[in-house]
Formats: sequence, C-alpha cells, structure tokens
Amino acid sequence: MLLENIKLAFTGLMANKIRSFLTMLGVIIGIAAVIAIMTVSSAMQRSVMSMMGSMGTNRIEFFLTQKGNDTAVRDTDKTKDYMSEDDFKDLMQHFQGQVEGLALERSLGNTIMEKEDGRTQASINLSGGNSLDIKTKNLTMLAGRTLSLEDQKRAAKVALVSDRYVEKMIGPDVNQALGQEIEILIDSKYYAYTIVGVYQYNVSAAFGGNMEDMPTDVYIPLATANLQVKDSEYYDSFTLFTAEAADPETLCPEIQDYLNNGKYLDNDTYMVFGYSMKEQIRQMTSMLSSLKLAFVAVGAIALLVGGIGVMNIMVVSITERTREIGTRKALGATNLDIRLQFITEAVMICLIGGAIGILLGLGLGIIASSLLHFEGHPSIAGIAVSVLFSMAFGVFFGYYPANKAAKLDPIEALRYE
Amino acid sequence: MAEPILCTEYKAGENMNEQNVIMEARNIHKSYNIGTENEIEILHGIDFTVHRGEFVSIVGTSGSGKSTLMNILGILDRPTVGSYVLNGIDVSTSSDTDLSHIRNQEIGFVFQTYNLIPRTSALRNVELPMLYARVPEKRRRERAEELLRLVGMEERMDHTPDALSGGQKQRVAIARALVNHPSLILADEPTGALDSHTGRVIMNLFHELHRKSGITIVLITHSQELAEETERILTLKDGVFIGERRGSKYVA
Repeated sequence: MLLENIKLAFTGLMANKIRSFLTMLGVIIGIAAVIAIMTVSSAMQRSVMSMMGSMGTNRIEFFLTQKGNDTAVRDTDKTKDYMSEDDFKDLMQHFQGQVEGLALERSLGNTIMEKEDGRTQASINLSGGNSLDIKTKNLTMLAGRTLSLEDQKRAAKVALVSDRYVEKMIGPDVNQALGQEIEILIDSKYYAYTIVGVYQYNVSAAFGGNMEDMPTDVYIPLATANLQVKDSEYYDSFTLFTAEAADPETLCPEIQDYLNNGKYLDNDTYMVFGYSMKEQIRQMTSMLSSLKLAFVAVGAIALLVGGIGVMNIMVVSITERTREIGTRKALGATNLDIRLQFITEAVMICLIGGAIGILLGLGLGIIASSLLHFEGHPSIAGIAVSVLFSMAFGVFFGYYPANKAAKLDPIEALRYE
Repeated sequence: MAEPILCTEYKAGENMNEQNVIMEARNIHKSYNIGTENEIEILHGIDFTVHRGEFVSIVGTSGSGKSTLMNILGILDRPTVGSYVLNGIDVSTSSDTDLSHIRNQEIGFVFQTYNLIPRTSALRNVELPMLYARVPEKRRRERAEELLRLVGMEERMDHTPDALSGGQKQRVAIARALVNHPSLILADEPTGALDSHTGRVIMNLFHELHRKSGITIVLITHSQELAEETERILTLKDGVFIGERRGSKYVA
C-alpha cells in the first residue's frame, strides 16, 4: 500500500509539474541555504583551527601595553622600561620546567622592492627572529635551508625569502635565488643579505585574501636585526612556548601576574598583557560556532517559510480535489487511506525538494569554500540529517492538510463544485 | 470468450426469500440540525427491501428526499432512527472505517457526474476500488481490463477523463462499480448528464448487465419514463414511499 501511495503521490505531482516545482522551491532554497552554510562554516572552522593549531597550542603571546591614557607618554616610548634579556632570563628561571622557550622577534619595517625594469614590484616585511621564533613559524622550505643556530650566533647577514618573492623578482626557478644578494632600503636605512633559503608562502594563512600585492616576509636572524637598531636588548613583546606538561591557559595569567606584580608593579607607564593560543582557539571556536548557528538559524527560517508554503499548497490542492476525495471515500477509502495519501504527497515534495536542495547546497558550499580558500568537503552526517529532516518536515507540514482531507464528509465532498 | 462472473447468477423474480435479501431498511428516519431550532426531518419512516437480482428504481422529484435516502442506502450517512441491514451486515453497529470497507466490497456507485479521478487513466480509475481492497497489482490490472472490455472501453483504457465523452466516462464508471464483485449497483441519475441517445446506450448497458448476470441494481431517478424500464418502482414523495408498482416497460 505504501508503494502504491508513493506511485500515486508521484503521478499526482507529475500531473501538475509547475505547481509542484513552485511548492518545492521554498524547501529547495531552505535546505540549500542550510547545507551551503554548514559546508562553508565547517570548512572555515577547519581551516582556521588548523592554522591556529599549526601555530602551536602551547603558544602564549605577551606584549606591553600602556597603563593609562596619558598622551604625553604615548609619544615618548620609554624603551628602557621594556623587557630586557635579563628579565627573560629571570622569567625562564622562575617558571623553569613549565616553559619550553621564548620566541623573540625584531621588526625592521616594510618596503616595496622594485626590479631593475622598474615595472615589477614586491612588497616585503623585514624582520629578525630567534631560533624558536623561526622554528615555530613552521616554514616549508622549497630551496636551500632555514636559518641555523650558527647564523643566530654569528649574526650572519643571511635571509629567507618567500617563493612568491622569488617568482616576482628573480625568476621561475626557486633555486636561482640561492646565493643571491637582496638589498633592502627601509626608512633610509640600507640592508643587504644573502638569500640562503626560499620558503613556501602560505595562502590560507592570509585569511580570505589572495591579492597579488600581499606582502611577504623576509626573515633574518634576530642577532642580525639587533645590529641594526639601538636599544637592541629591549623588547616590547615576546612569545612564550609552554612545556608539554604545563597548561597554557593557567600559565598565562600566572606569568602576567608575575610580571605585573614584579617588574611592572611600580611602573606607571606599562603593564604586561598576555593571551594564550589555546584560549584564543577556544574563543575562536565558540565565535565560529555562534556564527555558524546564526547562519543556520537564518537558513532554518527560510526552511520554515518553505514548509509553510508546502502546507499552503497542499491545502489549496486538497480544496481543489474535494470532489475527488469524496469519490475515493465513496469507493472505500478510509480516513487513514486519505490521510496517508496526502502525507505521502507532502513527504514526496519535501524529499525531492530536499534532494535538489542538498545537491544545490553542496555545489554552492564547495564553490564558496574554494573562493575563500577553505577546503570544503561535505559532511555525510549533514546530508543524512537533511534527508531525514526533509521527511519529517513533509510529515509535519503535511499533517494539517492531510487531516483536513481525511475528515471531509463524503456527502459534502461529492456535492462540492 | 467466457463472460466474466459479476456475481452469483440469480434470475430476477426467483429467490424472493430471506437469504436473498440484499438490502433491508426498516423505519428509516433522517433528521438534520438535531437539537437546534432548525431541526428538520427529511425521511419519515422508510421501509425498503431489495432482493438479490432485482432491478429496482426509486422515483422522486427534487426535495422528495431521494438524495438523503440514497446516501443512507449507500452507507455514506447513517439514519437518525431505524435499522439498515446490507447483505446481512447490520450497519448501525459498524464504525466509519468498517463502513468504508463495506462500501468498497458491497456497493458499486454510479454517479450522475461520473466522478472519475481527473488526470488519471481510465484503467487506473477502474482499479481504484481494488487498490483500497488491497488487491495485488497484477490481479488488479487483469480485472480492470476485463471490465473495461465488458463495457466496450478497452480501446481507450489509457485515456484520461478529459479525453472521454460523457457516455464513455459513465461506462468507465460502471466498470469501476463492478470491480470488487459488489452486491449491488447504486446508480444516482446515471443518465442525468447525458443526451437521450447516450442515455439510451447506458440504460441498455444496465439492462444487459442485469439480464446476463443478474446483478442487483437500485436506480435513483426523477424520470418516471426511465423508471418504467425497471422491474419495480417505488415512488418517494416528501420523505415517504407513497406507492410501489411494476415497471410497465420492463423486459425480463
């Protein structure tokens, strides 16, 4: 009987293709929206999480921030109040066992490099980093080598450049860059280094962007960078990597307090502020989840409207077919038969609409994901849920009209014009 | 080709005994708007017996209550007072679901307005009562084709109602009515929407069915002329039977 009903429902839908399609449209759009959103959100989540994860979940970033809003102070950096190398030694000792190491960076600025022909340009940021800093950048080396401990010790004038830079400024073969000199002019200061390695520029790290003129980094040893600045033993920010046994989330406030109640207790100007990557990840996760939820809610509203549309059309359809329903009852259809017939029709509409919606949603989701440089791949669970949901939907929104049909008095129905 | 068996063969006029009573209605009253100030009684005590194999007609003008009576005889409605036994089944104790099953098995409806399911082939239309009787697909198809052949509509079995004339539609409806071997055909103004020629064709079909297989037919009509063709005529006026006579034009 169920199979008969399905066939019956199908022929009923085919009999009026345009109306059936228009009814389905709401469901199609709703489900497509939900699936597309879920696909993109999941991909975005995965992408962001892996990016953050690759930065190290044991990473805590600290920086100095000004205590007050005193503009006078803002204009004159009291560099001597920054963290010194002695401060770091003290910190490491105090938190011995819990800290794996400190990553330090020295930024020298940015500029636009021009090729000899005067037409090609590449934007670069020049910065120096210590061993841990370079290591935790997880650079994929395409040619040459990364910066070594020797380079750091000797303050060697060597640099790492990105493949994108090489492509633009030197040539298609990354190996060509090795051994070449790179001459950089920033704020009327001149720097010259030998390229010893080429790393792969990570596109997805540039959140949502793939602009031609995205700046790439040029990395030199920290010691080398420090040669070029005064007050080179002072840092206004540092990154700390916790040891495996330690929990970054508890360690972060501990270190913060240690410094703010220690070195910076009597300091009117500065205090230390830190945030752990772990906490960041957690916050990002919850934000992304909320965002996803919000979008899915919008999709769900679209679906609701679609469902109401289905219900409306079914009511209209049943009114039109009142005579037919009366006839069926006269011929022996029970209330249950009639109810089942129309619920089947509603479920069919929702299932077919849902299937189309799923295909459409997946297509849109994958396209959107690739446009945003996320790896979009559909979740089977999401699809299964959507299918079940469509069916439940059909039953829910079909029930009222089906019941209306089932309760028709055959005599009245047969008299209906 | 062997004639399909529509029902057990009985000749009209014989077997007028208890076991062959198809329909037994006693003291049927029907009122509407019961309990309100608009309460109105349409049928005032109808007694009506039909034996197997009879060709009976109920004649009445509009307002005589014949629609109401038909609905009760067709168990689409229940009497307010009175008993109705259809083929041995006392329908007063039957639930609505039971009544649907009984209608499906015992009564073959033929309506003035045909009431075929639109956008559905004649074949599927004829199969419909068997669908509700849960007859398997193959058997359904065979039986439907058989009956369409009987009424001369096998050429057009794939046509939908909008591609059929009135007479053709009525023939399909008659085939549909016979499909579950019903105890009787209940025909409500079957020729009402047809021209006299086509109406003649349909009446001839009824006579042929009656003669060849002895199927019981109850015809409801306002036309005295048509009623004369039947075996027994009951005249309904203002909710009561005022007379019963033999049809003057009836040919056994």
